[in-house]
Amino acid sequence: MQIEVNGLAHELDVEEDMPLLWVLRDELGIKGVKYGCGIAQCGACTVHIDGEAVKSCQVFAGDVWGEVTTIEADADELPVLRAVQSAWIEHQVAQCGYCQSGQIMSAASLLSENRNPSDTEIDEAMRSNLCRCGTYPRIREAVKSAGERVREG
Amino acid sequence: MGKVGKIARRTFLIGSAAVLGGVAFGYVMYQRPAKNPLLDGLGEGEAALTPYVLINGEGVTLITPRGDKGQGAYHVQAALIAEELDVDLEKVNVDPGPPSGAYYNTALSAEAVPFAYYDEGFMAETLRDVMDAPMKFLGMQITGGSTTVPDAWEKLRVAGAVARETLKAAAAEVSGINVTALDTGSGRVILPDGRELAYEELAPVAAGLEPVTKVRLREPEEWRYIGKPMKRIDIVAKSTGAQEYGIDVERPDMVHAAVRLNPRRGGALNGYDAQAAEEMRGVEAVFDIPGGVAVLADNTWRAFRAAEAVECDWGPADHPGEQAEHWQALADSFVSDRRDSRQRDEGDVESALGDAPIEAEYRAPYLAHAPLEPVNATVWVQEGRVDVWTGTQVPRFAQSHVAEICGVDAEQVHVHVLMMGGSFGHRLEDDVVIRAAQIAMQAGGRPVKLTYSREEDTRQDFLRPVGMARMKGAITDGRVRALDYHVAAPSIMASQMGERQGLPMPGPDSTIVQAAWDQAYAIPDCRVTGYRAPRLAPVSSWRSVGASINGFFHEGFLDELIHAAGADPLEERLRLCFHEPTRKVLEAVGEMAAWSGPRPEEGVGRGVALVTSFGVPCAEIVEVRQTEAGLRIERVWVAAEVGRLVDPVNFDGLVKGGAVFGLGHAMTGEITFADGRVEQENFDLFKAMRIDQCPEIEVRGLENGDRVLGIGEPPVPPAAPALANAIFAATGQRLREMPFAKFVDFA
Repeated sequence: MQIEVNGLAHELDVEEDMPLLWVLRDELGIKGVKYGCGIAQCGACTVHIDGEAVKSCQVFAGDVWGEVTTIEADADELPVLRAVQSAWIEHQVAQCGYCQSGQIMSAASLLSENRNPSDTEIDEAMRSNLCRCGTYPRIREAVKSAGERVREG
Repeated sequence: MGKVGKIARRTFLIGSAAVLGGVAFGYVMYQRPAKNPLLDGLGEGEAALTPYVLINGEGVTLITPRGDKGQGAYHVQAALIAEELDVDLEKVNVDPGPPSGAYYNTALSAEAVPFAYYDEGFMAETLRDVMDAPMKFLGMQITGGSTTVPDAWEKLRVAGAVARETLKAAAAEVSGINVTALDTGSGRVILPDGRELAYEELAPVAAGLEPVTKVRLREPEEWRYIGKPMKRIDIVAKSTGAQEYGIDVERPDMVHAAVRLNPRRGGALNGYDAQAAEEMRGVEAVFDIPGGVAVLADNTWRAFRAAEAVECDWGPADHPGEQAEHWQALADSFVSDRRDSRQRDEGDVESALGDAPIEAEYRAPYLAHAPLEPVNATVWVQEGRVDVWTGTQVPRFAQSHVAEICGVDAEQVHVHVLMMGGSFGHRLEDDVVIRAAQIAMQAGGRPVKLTYSREEDTRQDFLRPVGMARMKGAITDGRVRALDYHVAAPSIMASQMGERQGLPMPGPDSTIVQAAWDQAYAIPDCRVTGYRAPRLAPVSSWRSVGASINGFFHEGFLDELIHAAGADPLEERLRLCFHEPTRKVLEAVGEMAAWSGPRPEEGVGRGVALVTSFGVPCAEIVEVRQTEAGLRIERVWVAAEVGRLVDPVNFDGLVKGGAVFGLGHAMTGEITFADGRVEQENFDLFKAMRIDQCPEIEVRGLENGDRVLGIGEPPVPPAAPALANAIFAATGQRLREMPFAKFVDFA
């Protein structure tokens, strides 16, 4: 089977039901994508398929329906992702940082669809990403600040 | 200990340590300084000026021996060295260094002495200093107990200053200019004529000099880093997916391992059938290890799946199987032959209580650590050498366990400590490293990465213990008069340090009464009694340890007494508090929340709690609102006294995170047992706070104390009681057992 990740096409020989998470991490060595629960409860494995945030632990390799984008994608080509990463750095969101790839991918997906989300919309979009360190207050600030960057272009 | 001017008195009075009943760590006299581990394997032109500073062709490397669980420990340690060494943080390398006795943790000993944090009497201070020596002898290289900052505060600045002055001495030798005319900046020695000598150039000369140990530390007004907002050294990597954690380790020819261990802890593996697993794609081997089965495969997911496919016949757990039996064991522990300590006994409690005291029973459940990165370790066994890559808080324990399993000397085990994706105390246990070494011994010389599935991580966790308190109190004339506090819990120290690390643990376990006996309240008739419950499930240190239990019990029940007295919860706490820096924390949080202003509207309630743990007084006010969907935590105010804010930005983040951690577990966190097994194996059942429940949090750090202290744990304990007290204020319902979601709905 073939999948495209961050602009590169990969030919793979893996089980149809291997989760995309493990294809990325163990078959392709893309380690920014994290394993936290395996049951779509923590969001650490969040990536984009055709720009939409998905939990890669729940997508079978055989079902990948579009281009996969991970935290390692070239942010120069993806202005929203770059805005989100810059805001995450500016607000010093990360503590342990393990969930933050997933948080950033969820935020980038939100801001691609909605450049000016309300507080409730931010909470709604981000609630499936768990942070055990409790960085939520800074995640909120960073999403808002990334939204400003996106709106300013 | 971060107290200024306390560095020289290390060895005197050491014999006294032996008379301490509650002290855990050996009695052997320690006299010689620990060997500098960086002196081994130094190359030509390299200098290891202190155990904390290495200079070679790659530049300056600062050694930060306390592991980083996500709290910015590498950053803070590097900043303290850089402050004196005169290097730019963004231009140096930071390395956790090898496991070594040179990196013993002094500050842990401050918690081991039987004196309350506010006791600055001669005996208390002397014993805090004296305890330093046994820690040094045992080389307790441990990250924990919020000790990184207090331990590092003086030690790392001195290390930076020693290195700087030695480099200046080298520059003086090279240039022939008197050392007093030399200056330093940005990794260079600056000569009077403006010429600059890079530290790297001076390293070979400096290496031949006796280090200059008579140094003056800079005054606060000279600081460039300390106290100023800094950009954490790991923040870019952690915002771009580039940060490497233990789980990301790759070695050439590496094989992936998963385990299936008896979910009934302490139980045997009676037999297993691996046929189905062995036939699965990518599976290379299935074999038994103590207490379970290991699978080797060419991919983590294939290893997980094969491990699940092994049919296992498990023996029973070595602890009671049902949760009700665990509670019963606690209830049965309030008897004299289980009495572990009475560290506070003031006034005449019996007569003050009278015939009709106020009584309550409080409970706290088992909790899992559940760091988001499941525990993992990579071990490579070669002839005469073993390498370990893992995120750990106890590299020396891991090193000695691996040496034993692999039949080599500890010096042949090289532990490479990686960034940790959270810990909350889980990585004070090295169980996963032991398993990985057992597996690697059967892997034919290939590196093995063992990753626990989330379910295995939770099932095999060493939990925060259950606790139960039975308290009586009395009030007179609108004031709190008496408190008779009895708490029962299994011993963390006996389980963690005794059973697993083989350390003798004589005397009482101070964690059973931590944050109950040592609070700065002048309750006239007060006693605190700890009871050691029998061994139940294996338990360990969980972020804030005993304070996570007693903080809730003590501050919840005190609130009951204050309400019964008809007093104001904040005013009465202020009246009771006798320690000035602690009072200031309460005053600050009251001011932040405008506590004495207009009363909250109907359906809104505020609760306050003050808990001092690890020497840090931390007060929180929580505001909750009743909504149609349930209770909503809207706002939280936190004030804490840490002596010195080393990095205010990092401090603010840690305090907010600690409050979220404390609130989230108080709301929904619970581990229970049924049929000998943990019932909540993943985040669908072991619930944590999510962003849509997160309140607005306002933080203030105070700098009135004279000890520089860490903030990793202290914001956790006050969160639960402040929430319970707020819910009482809003609804009239008094919550005496966590998690609160068993009794109320949260929006």
